[in-house]
Amino acid sequence: MRGQGTEQLDQVIVRFAGDSGDGMQLTGDRFTTSSALLGNDMSTFPDFPAEIRAPAGTINGVSAFQVHISDHDILTPGDSPNVLVAMNPAALKANLDLMDKGTILLVNSDAFEERNLAKAGYDSNPLTDGSLGAYTVYEVPMTSITQEVCKEAGVKPRDAERSKNFFALGLVSWLYTRPIDPTLAWISERFGSKPQVAEANTRAFRAGFDFGETAELFESNYEVRPATFEPGEYVQVTGNSATAWGLIAASRLAGLPLFLGSYPITPASDILHELSRRKEFGIRTFQAEDEIAGIGAALGAAFGGALGVTTTSGPGLDLKSETIGLAINLELPLVIVDVQRGGPSTGLPTKTEQADLLHAMYGRHGEAPLPILAPQTPSDCFAVAIEAVRLAVKYRTPVIVLSDGYLANGAEPWKLPDLDTLAVIEPDFAAEPNHTEEDGTPVFWPYVRDPETLARPWAPPGIPGLEHRIGGLEKADGSGNVSYEGVNHERMVHLRRDKIAGIAGDIPLLEVNDETGDAQLLLVSWGSTYAAVAAGVKRVRARGMKAAHAHLRYLNPFPANLGDVLGRYTQILVPEINLGQLSRILRSDFLVDAQSLSKMQGVPFRVGEIESAITMLLGGKSS
Amino acid sequence: MTLTAIPVTSRKDWSSDQEVRWCPGCGDYSILAAVQMLMPELGVRRENTVFLSGIGCAARFPYYMNTYGMHSIHGRAPAIATGLATSRPDLDVWVISGDGDSLSIGGNHLIHALRRNVRLNILMFNNQIYGLTKGQYSPTSEVAKVTKSTPFGSLDTPFNPVSLALGAEATFVARTHDMDRAHMQEMFRRAQAHNGAAFVEVLQNCNVFNDGAFEKITGKEVRSDMLIPLRHGEPIVFGAEGSERGVAQRPDGGLEIVDVAEFGMEALLVHDEKRDDPGLAFTLSRLARGPYEPTPIGVFRAVERPEYGNQMSEQIIGAQERRGLGDVAELLRSGSSWTVE
Repeated sequence: MRGQGTEQLDQVIVRFAGDSGDGMQLTGDRFTTSSALLGNDMSTFPDFPAEIRAPAGTINGVSAFQVHISDHDILTPGDSPNVLVAMNPAALKANLDLMDKGTILLVNSDAFEERNLAKAGYDSNPLTDGSLGAYTVYEVPMTSITQEVCKEAGVKPRDAERSKNFFALGLVSWLYTRPIDPTLAWISERFGSKPQVAEANTRAFRAGFDFGETAELFESNYEVRPATFEPGEYVQVTGNSATAWGLIAASRLAGLPLFLGSYPITPASDILHELSRRKEFGIRTFQAEDEIAGIGAALGAAFGGALGVTTTSGPGLDLKSETIGLAINLELPLVIVDVQRGGPSTGLPTKTEQADLLHAMYGRHGEAPLPILAPQTPSDCFAVAIEAVRLAVKYRTPVIVLSDGYLANGAEPWKLPDLDTLAVIEPDFAAEPNHTEEDGTPVFWPYVRDPETLARPWAPPGIPGLEHRIGGLEKADGSGNVSYEGVNHERMVHLRRDKIAGIAGDIPLLEVNDETGDAQLLLVSWGSTYAAVAAGVKRVRARGMKAAHAHLRYLNPFPANLGDVLGRYTQILVPEINLGQLSRILRSDFLVDAQSLSKMQGVPFRVGEIESAITMLLGGKSS
Repeated sequence: MTLTAIPVTSRKDWSSDQEVRWCPGCGDYSILAAVQMLMPELGVRRENTVFLSGIGCAARFPYYMNTYGMHSIHGRAPAIATGLATSRPDLDVWVISGDGDSLSIGGNHLIHALRRNVRLNILMFNNQIYGLTKGQYSPTSEVAKVTKSTPFGSLDTPFNPVSLALGAEATFVARTHDMDRAHMQEMFRRAQAHNGAAFVEVLQNCNVFNDGAFEKITGKEVRSDMLIPLRHGEPIVFGAEGSERGVAQRPDGGLEIVDVAEFGMEALLVHDEKRDDPGLAFTLSRLARGPYEPTPIGVFRAVERPEYGNQMSEQIIGAQERRGLGDVAELLRSGSSWTVE
C-alpha cells in the first residue's frame, strides 16, 4: 500500500555509497540513465578509491556515485545530497559529513553488525545510539530481503548477496518514481549470458521497488518532472566517451586514419578502451610498453601521415615531455590528451585536479610552446577534441588537451550536434617540390613556411622527390638541414613562438557573461571549474549581486581580447583546483591583480564555495 | 606495383647531399657504404624507404641517406618506428641504433618491438662504448673497463645483444661486422626480406674511444680462425682452411669447439636457423665469452611468425567486414538516446 502520495520536487541529489565491490558505480549509472530517459537534466560525480577492492567494510574501500537530477537546467552534481544510500557502516561514516541536517539516510541495516561497525571504526551502532537524530533514517534489511527473494530462483545466499545493489536501485527508483522498464531491459541485456545472475538482479530490483511501495516506511515518494530542453536528440555522455568520439569524428573530418598510442593510466584508460572497440572506423590502437612508447608511436604514425594521438594522466605527461619537445621541433601534428588527476607523483589517481596547467605550458626544456585547450563540461570534450585536431593539423604542432578526472567520469545529457555543420579539416599534404636550387633544380625543403600560418609542409613518405630528413637537432630555416648557427637558432625559436602565438587570430574571442554590463568583479574559470563558477555566479545574481564570468577554453594562446576583458574589471577572481596556476599566468602576462581561489581536495568546487568567495569579495554577507 | 616499375638506381641516388661527419676512420663509414650500395639491389623505392634513429653516433645515419628519415630522441626509435611501420605497411622502415641507444636508454622499446614482431629492420652498431658523449662505458663494455666515468673499472656485466634479442622472442637475429662488406650486405638483405622484426648486431670499431675492440676476432689476419660463419643446414665449421674446426654439442646440451679431423664432420652441429625453439641459438650466441674467442656470425634465427602491423590491419578489416565502415552519427547514439520534441 502506498503512503500519502507523490510529492513534487524541482531537483534531488542522491549519493549511492558502498564497498568498492558493491556495484555502486553501476547502480548510480543506472539511476542516471533512467532519469535521463525520463527527461531530467542531470549531472553526475563518480567518487571512487584507487584500490580496486580495498579490504571490505573499511573506510578506504568506500566507493560513491553522486547524481543530481532536476526539472531545470543544472550545471553541477550538487553540493550536498538529499539522500545518502549507505550499504554499510563505512559508507555511512565516510559520507555523513556531506549530509545536511534533515536529509535522508537510506541504510542497509543488515550490514550494521559488530564486525562491520568495528571495521568502519564505530564504537557503537549509529543506528541505535541516537547519533543520527538530526537525519531521517530509513533502515532497510537489503541483504536479507535480497537473499530471500533470490532463494526461490535457486540462487545461493552468497551469490544473491551480490544483487543487493539492485535492491537499493529498485528502492530509490520507487522513491523518485523512476520508470523500471529501461532498467529491467538493461539487466536482461547486460546479464543475458548469465541467466541466473540476470534473474537474481531482476528479482532484487523488483523487490526493492515493491518494498518502497508496500513497506509503509515512507510517508510519500517523490517526482522530479522532466526539464525543459531545447528540442533535439539527446544522449548521456561522459567526458572520456566524448573525447574518444570527438577524436573519431575529427579523424573523419580530416580524412586521416586515427592512430592512438597509449599506456593504461587512471583516469584516462577509458579513452583507450573506447577507441579500441571502434576498429570499424579504421582506428589503430596501440597499447605500448610505456608512456614514452605510446607517444613515440603516435608521433611515428603522424610522420607517416596519420592522425597521431596519445592519452594519459599526470605521471604519463611527465614521461612524454621529451617526445612532445621532439614533436615541437619536428613540427608534426599530434594530440596529447591529459586527463588530470591529483599529483605530484602517483598522487590521487582517481581524484580530480587541475594542476598540470603549468606543466602543459612550460614543462619542457628549451623554448617549446604549444597550443593548450581545456573542455569545460563532459560533453564539451567532443568539440574540444575536434578543435585540438584542427589546430594540430593546420599548424603542424602537438596540442595538449587538459581534461580532468571529474570531466572524464562525470556524465550529463548532451544534445547531439549536427554532424553536417562540422568543418572539414584539410591535411593539405605537400605534393611537390617547393624550392628551386641555384642551378634551377626543383627540390623539397621541409621547413619552408606558409606565410600566414607559419606552418611547415607535412610530407609523409611515399612521394618521389619529397624525400627529406627531419630530427631533433636545430634545423636551418627553410632547408631543414642541421644547423648549429646561433642567429638561425634564434630565428627558429622566434618562428616556433610566433606560429603558436598567431593561433590567437584563428580562435574565437573570449565572451563575457556580464548580465548588467556594470559588474566590477570578473570570475575567470577554465576546464571543469566552469560548472561551479557559472552556477555560483547565477546564485549571487539571484541575491542581487553583480558578478561577471568569462571562461577560457583556450589556455595557449589566449583569446586575443583577454587582456582587454581583464582590464575592464577592478576585481578578478580565478577559482582553480590547484594552487593558482592560471591566476599566476594572468598576473605575469597581463599585470593584473588576478586573485586565486584554490581548492585541492580531489573534488570539484561546490557552488556554495564559489558563492561565498564572491560574496566576500563584494563585501556582502555570506549566505 | 611490379618490380619492373622500380627505377634503376645507384649508390649515388641513395646518398644525401649532407657531408658525412663521423670521425675519420670510424667503422660507421663502411656500414653506410654497405647500405648505400645494397639499396639499389633490394628492389625498393626511395620514397617508400625510411631510416629512423635515436641518439648517438650511429643515429646520424638517416641524414646521409637520400630517403625519408627521422633522427629522433635517445632510445625511442623502435617505438616511433612501430607507429610508422604499423600505420604504413607500404613502407620499408630501417632503425639505426647503437649499443647505448638500443640497450641502455632504449632497452625497453627494443625488446617490445622484437616480441611484437613489427616489420622493422633494426641495425644495432655495437662498439662497446659511448662515442658521442666522448668515451664512457656502455652496456656491452667488458667488465672492469676503465673509462672516464669508470676510472676504477666498470662493475656491470655486459649484455650479449644476440642473446638479448633471442630472449626477447625475436624472429630474426643476426650478427655481422664492419670489416666485411659482403657479409654485412648479406645480413642486411636477409633482414630486409624478413617479414617481421629483424635484429642485426654489427660489430663496429670506434677508432677514437675504443679502438680495436674487435680486432682479435675481425682483424684480417685472424678472422678466419676467430669468426665462425653460420650457414643454415650446414655443419658449423671454421678455420683458415675453411673447416679445420667446428662446433659440436656436448651430451649436456652445451656447445664446444672441436677439432674436425679428430671428431669427424658427422659429430658437428648442423645449423638450423628455423628451429622453433630458440634455446640452441641462444647457446650458440654465448659460445664466445667476449670478442677474444671464436665468435659465431651470420643468421642465428629466422623463423616465421605473424607480423604485428599486418595483424593490426586484419583486425580493422575484420571489424569493417562485420560492422561496415563506421558511422559517426550511429556512434554517438551507441548508448541510449532520447528525443525532446
